Amino acid sequence: MKKLVSIKINEKDYQVSQGTTILDACKQAGIEILTLCYLKGIAEEGSCGMCVVEVKKAKTLQRACITEVGEGMEIFTDTPTVIDARRMNLELALAHHPLDCMTCDRDGDCTLQDLAYQFGIKKSEFLDEKEAFEISKETSWDTNPFIQFDPQKCILCRRCIGACENQAIVEAISIAMRGHKSEVSTPFTLPLEETTCQFCGECVQACPVGALIEKPRVGKGKIFNLTPTDTVCAYCGVGCNLQLYNDKNNNLIMAKGIENPLVNNGRTCVKGRFGYEYANSEERLTTPLIRENGKLREASWDEAIQYTAKKLKEIKEKYGSDAIGVLGSSRCTNEDNYVVQKFARAVIGTNNVDNCARLCHSSTVTGLGKALGAGAATNSLDDIKDADVMFIIGSNMTETHPVIAQMVKEHQRKNGAKIIVCDPRNTDIAKEANLFLQHTPGTDVALLNGIMNVIIQEDLLDKDFIEAHTEGFEEFKKVVEKYDFDTVSKITSVDKTLIKKAAEMYGSAKNATIFYTMGITQHSTGTDNVLSVANLALITGNLGRDGTGINPLRGQANVQGACDLGALPNVYPGYQKVVDPKVKEKFEKAWSAKLSENVGIPVSEFGDKALEGKMKAVYIMGENPMMTEPDITHAKKGFEKLEFLAVQDIFLSETAEIADVVFPAASAYEKSGTFTSTERRVQLLRPAKRKPENTKCDWEIIGEVATAMGYNMQFKSSAEIADEIASLTPSYAGIHHYRLEKQGLQWPCISDDHPGTKFLHKDGHFKRANGKGLISPVEYKPAKELPDKEYPLILTTGRILFHYHSGNESRRVKVLDAFVPRNYVEVNPIDAEKLNIKDNEMVKISTRRGSIKVNTRISDRPKQGLVFISFHFKEAAANVLTNPALDPVAKIPEYKVCACKIEKIQNIRRKKV
Amino acid sequence: MKIYRTHILIAEDSKSILEGANEVKKALVNEIYKKGLQDEISVIPTGSLGFENIGVAMAVYPEGIVYAPVKVEDIPEIVEEHLLKGRIVKRLVKSWEKEEVTVGITRPEYIKGSQYRAVLRNVGMINPESIEEYIANEGYVALEKVLSVKPEDVVNQIKMSELKGRGGAGFPTGLKWEFTAKVKNPEKYIICNADEGEPGTFKDREIMEGDPHTLLEGMVIAGYAVGSRKAYIYIRGEYTLSIDRLEKAINDAKNYGLLGENILGTNFSFDVEIKKGAGAYICGEETALLDSIEGKRGEPRKKPPYPPTSGLWNKPTVINNVETLANIPLIIIKGAEWFKSIGVPGTYGTKLFSLMGDINWKGVIEVPFGTPLSKIVMDIAGGVAGNRKLKAVVLGGVSGSLIVPDEIDTPIDFNSLVRIEAGPGSGSIVVLDDTRCIVDIAKNITYFFKHESCGKCTTCRVGTEAMYKIVDKICRGGGTEKDLDILEKLSKDMQLTSFCGLGQAAPNIIIQSIKKFRDEWLAHIREKKCPTNICKMDWEEEQYEEIG
Repeated sequence: MKKLVSIKINEKDYQVSQGTTILDACKQAGIEILTLCYLKGIAEEGSCGMCVVEVKKAKTLQRACITEVGEGMEIFTDTPTVIDARRMNLELALAHHPLDCMTCDRDGDCTLQDLAYQFGIKKSEFLDEKEAFEISKETSWDTNPFIQFDPQKCILCRRCIGACENQAIVEAISIAMRGHKSEVSTPFTLPLEETTCQFCGECVQACPVGALIEKPRVGKGKIFNLTPTDTVCAYCGVGCNLQLYNDKNNNLIMAKGIENPLVNNGRTCVKGRFGYEYANSEERLTTPLIRENGKLREASWDEAIQYTAKKLKEIKEKYGSDAIGVLGSSRCTNEDNYVVQKFARAVIGTNNVDNCARLCHSSTVTGLGKALGAGAATNSLDDIKDADVMFIIGSNMTETHPVIAQMVKEHQRKNGAKIIVCDPRNTDIAKEANLFLQHTPGTDVALLNGIMNVIIQEDLLDKDFIEAHTEGFEEFKKVVEKYDFDTVSKITSVDKTLIKKAAEMYGSAKNATIFYTMGITQHSTGTDNVLSVANLALITGNLGRDGTGINPLRGQANVQGACDLGALPNVYPGYQKVVDPKVKEKFEKAWSAKLSENVGIPVSEFGDKALEGKMKAVYIMGENPMMTEPDITHAKKGFEKLEFLAVQDIFLSETAEIADVVFPAASAYEKSGTFTSTERRVQLLRPAKRKPENTKCDWEIIGEVATAMGYNMQFKSSAEIADEIASLTPSYAGIHHYRLEKQGLQWPCISDDHPGTKFLHKDGHFKRANGKGLISPVEYKPAKELPDKEYPLILTTGRILFHYHSGNESRRVKVLDAFVPRNYVEVNPIDAEKLNIKDNEMVKISTRRGSIKVNTRISDRPKQGLVFISFHFKEAAANVLTNPALDPVAKIPEYKVCACKIEKIQNIRRKKV
Repeated sequence: MKIYRTHILIAEDSKSILEGANEVKKALVNEIYKKGLQDEISVIPTGSLGFENIGVAMAVYPEGIVYAPVKVEDIPEIVEEHLLKGRIVKRLVKSWEKEEVTVGITRPEYIKGSQYRAVLRNVGMINPESIEEYIANEGYVALEKVLSVKPEDVVNQIKMSELKGRGGAGFPTGLKWEFTAKVKNPEKYIICNADEGEPGTFKDREIMEGDPHTLLEGMVIAGYAVGSRKAYIYIRGEYTLSIDRLEKAINDAKNYGLLGENILGTNFSFDVEIKKGAGAYICGEETALLDSIEGKRGEPRKKPPYPPTSGLWNKPTVINNVETLANIPLIIIKGAEWFKSIGVPGTYGTKLFSLMGDINWKGVIEVPFGTPLSKIVMDIAGGVAGNRKLKAVVLGGVSGSLIVPDEIDTPIDFNSLVRIEAGPGSGSIVVLDDTRCIVDIAKNITYFFKHESCGKCTTCRVGTEAMYKIVDKICRGGGTEKDLDILEKLSKDMQLTSFCGLGQAAPNIIIQSIKKFRDEWLAHIREKKCPTNICKMDWEEEQYEEIG
């Protein structure tokens, strides 16, 4: 508790805590002072002078925003001197600002305008209109499709610079020149795209006037013509709270990050800010389709539903329930996924239900489940700030989870926390790291064992924690001790001093947290990798406190929720095992249906089972396996062999193209429901626009199919589904929509008055049966396909900042697709020289499974011998190349390592006619 | 040590070098060799010999004869007549009319008028590039003395002396040191603000060029007193000679164990580094200066926290002006009581001023606080040049104050000056005679501020620009009385709400000139006439003139 100081504001006595600014003290006293330049924690320069107040005994007026109160301070906020000074400062701010509010997109949403109105200033005494318009409207640096800068309107309040420095943490813009010639600029007025800018648009959100604006919204409506809705971003799993603005034509035209201090606190990335546009796309499906004579034709809802029900019933009767597979979706809501798995289990009668988490974090679920008893992130975004060391392995977070990367960087810069990055690529976050270990892909276990060996040798263990809260240490120790520096260095190609330093840094931290993403999970040793990560946290006691833990970063908005709600072949909602008879009985009773006791087939085996003739029909909700499966050429053969394929989607995806029935669905920005973010936070979605006519929510479609199949599954609303979820899922027992209006809830939330759980495993009480964490001995196993003479390079795949998943959404966002319209392969300069290839040259890249043509990007990011391709582009689909080898436990494919070769494309000379 | 019968001190400060001091010295040395006198006569470069508009000056000891201005072609005559034959070359002797002279610590023959040479005691007396000469003149005695007492005793000594900062604000130096000394932090900094950017100010240069070791010694003592190991001298990049001499001084002091690790065999280690400014006026503002040293764009920071508790890299930092630090060794050697015997109650010690403008003698002087301004202008500076009438004195630089003949008898000390809304400021005195136009002066000053505003706060960034536009308009016959009202209103707002001292002080002289010379402003507005015929009165349309 901070000391209180006594102050007077306008001759009234107040007590406020020490360190409060005058501005906040006035706010507490009910006196609002409008400012132009101040944004708490973001821009605290005190430049505009609109908040000046008189302080007794001070020679000059004081800026309320940056001046702290002191004992006995006497403050006056409305004396004539104060009002005159503010008025004068406002006139100065207006001196170069064109009075063209009529045509400004920010009309009605402009602090300068509000202030001019408040002070009744029609025109600044100092306004020289001629000169105001002499400033060029364009700058040389806003050539990108996202952000427009109009220097005429800029009042140099520097909020954008504060946002870039303190929120985005990229420092792409600052002030150039001096005094009256100052201007907001990039370094050397380079185009923004050539700077460190990530196009998160936080500068735009910070701008109090119309100087910085989102290009896609220009000319599309002023604030009073738009309807704002608070909802959750539909891209990655950070769960950014977004405010989306819908125009009169039912098109989303703008997004803002909501200042929820527990989540994004006003931040959002380029996809959150600009990626909503796919919902407006003209390519949206608006009618059900049925395949007839090999072609998809339009059909009525009734026809499509009845046809689907009939086909599924036939196949079920003919081949049995287990000949049907169902796929839920990480991009659909919890309610959708609950309904989809209920459909599979209660209506079809199979546990063959899965979701795309199989392809990204199934090894997290198996690995962390085994080690800790719960396969989810242990800690919260809000406690990053309590970590002394942040250990990031296999996570290109600045591109995959940009807002978390911003938080991590902020914590490093502001509080001096250390960052350790282990990654085969020298990513942006690696460049920020205090220690960077660039290991060979697929050698994570060896690297982690090496690090842990040092921790043991140097006695950086938390022995009390190991003793009291874990089991298996001795066995583990025997394995790890074999991983000496030379062995590890040889396997991973990481210098031994770096291994030692990383061990010391992590091992001696008071609180250390771990972030990992698909660099850990997408391996044939994915579960082993995750177990190793868990070992690292367990032997150092870095679990069960703020600022510690293991945080697998979830790649899709609801990948956590889809798993939580049982779109998995082995568990019901809340990870209740299908093989547990008691659990089965509970669900049979609740759903009034006979349920299967067998663990189902994971999606990564659907294709093979179809080829074997064991799977006859697949029902897919919002997934696109024809882009996302490894070795898609092979997978496609399997899917094409199916007797029946139904897909519900918002677009005619690559998978929908080969379906027998296609249902048009509502997008995430058009429905109610909940998403569970990477930190187990269940958050409420609200429809930000009306869904296109003739489309339905996913749960409605499935409900109708189920009902047509003779099982009554008519829900009235997603809230009703949520209540059913709560009644059957202990960890979601207290989660109802009405509780989520203001703030999400983190599961486990076991009753209606439970506040949710910020971090798991408090005081070392693990969720496993005996309450102890399991330390596992894990041996290093090489990846399934290693480079050889024929295929000398390692290929790794992943996400890039500007696109998402199979590109189904992001490729349909004009600005994103305009900015990165085609795939590329990152090649190390040394490899490029050996291969005699140039930057941006079209090359052929092949693996044992296929080949694609793609342009090169020569870059120092991949280490020598490694190439990288993103998986978003159907024209050059990375998954034509990837290896379908699976992790034996999690059944996750090895997307991150396979052997490839790059060949120059010879110019084919055409003979002259 | 070699004994010479004659020593010739030749001024080699930057102004003298521009006048040809290097060539004159070269010629002199050549001539001495030619006559085979090299074992009898030593030629010593030294700091400024006082006034600047007297050409190349040299003093011949033991006679105490000052020759000025000396040209290369005068050298053979001086050598032949004076050095060889012992006959003074009368036509080149610089002598002042006999006047009452206050004696300082040293009293060089050529120092004019009622000055008191304390801080400048070595300037013009020793070779600034010779640490031995500094040591021979009680150099580093103060350092040795403080190293044998506790740091807090040093702080107390300075507190007792009541030394006030010489950078303009007059903050008690001892108190500043105490703030920093009390913060428990292994990392603290001493910064010497040598970014002497105020137009018309060059008094710190006199110290750095003429006696760099005195500054260094002051810094080391400050470091010891507050518990710092590292200091920076933030100096104008244009002061190349000062930089060279300071660099040499730092190296020499290190070689003598007076700087660096384990100074004089004690546990105390201290290092000094020179940081060159790149010409931005704002970087003389102490917090902008900190940003500049840190490699950032120089802009003022919010205060509090003040530098003594959170300065360079957010560590406790003492920032002192050159002159302040140069006072330190003397106070340590001679004691606080001695210091307080000079000057007037409330403002003790001496003050350096750089004299410029329409006066007979220009240069840097040192006087006890409390000396009336009239004495400086009329006596030491030899009065207004060409026997013209005094119009005003700009005291303390362009952000200082405007003093009219009625106020000229005001003693120069903080308390007396406050009564006429003035202060010693940067230590510059610019004298204006009656041929100068006050509106034209105002225009030049507003242009300067418009050019030098950093742009951080709206008030100053747009305010300085608006001020210039109005003054330019009036100056050229386009102004109205409403413009004058707006100018006054704007000036008041800037004084009240600008972020830092730059913007707050920018309108000072404008406001005072309107108050004290309102008729002259009104003549430009009502009669479209410049009483001194300086302003062009060519206002036709709204076209602002870029000057400078």
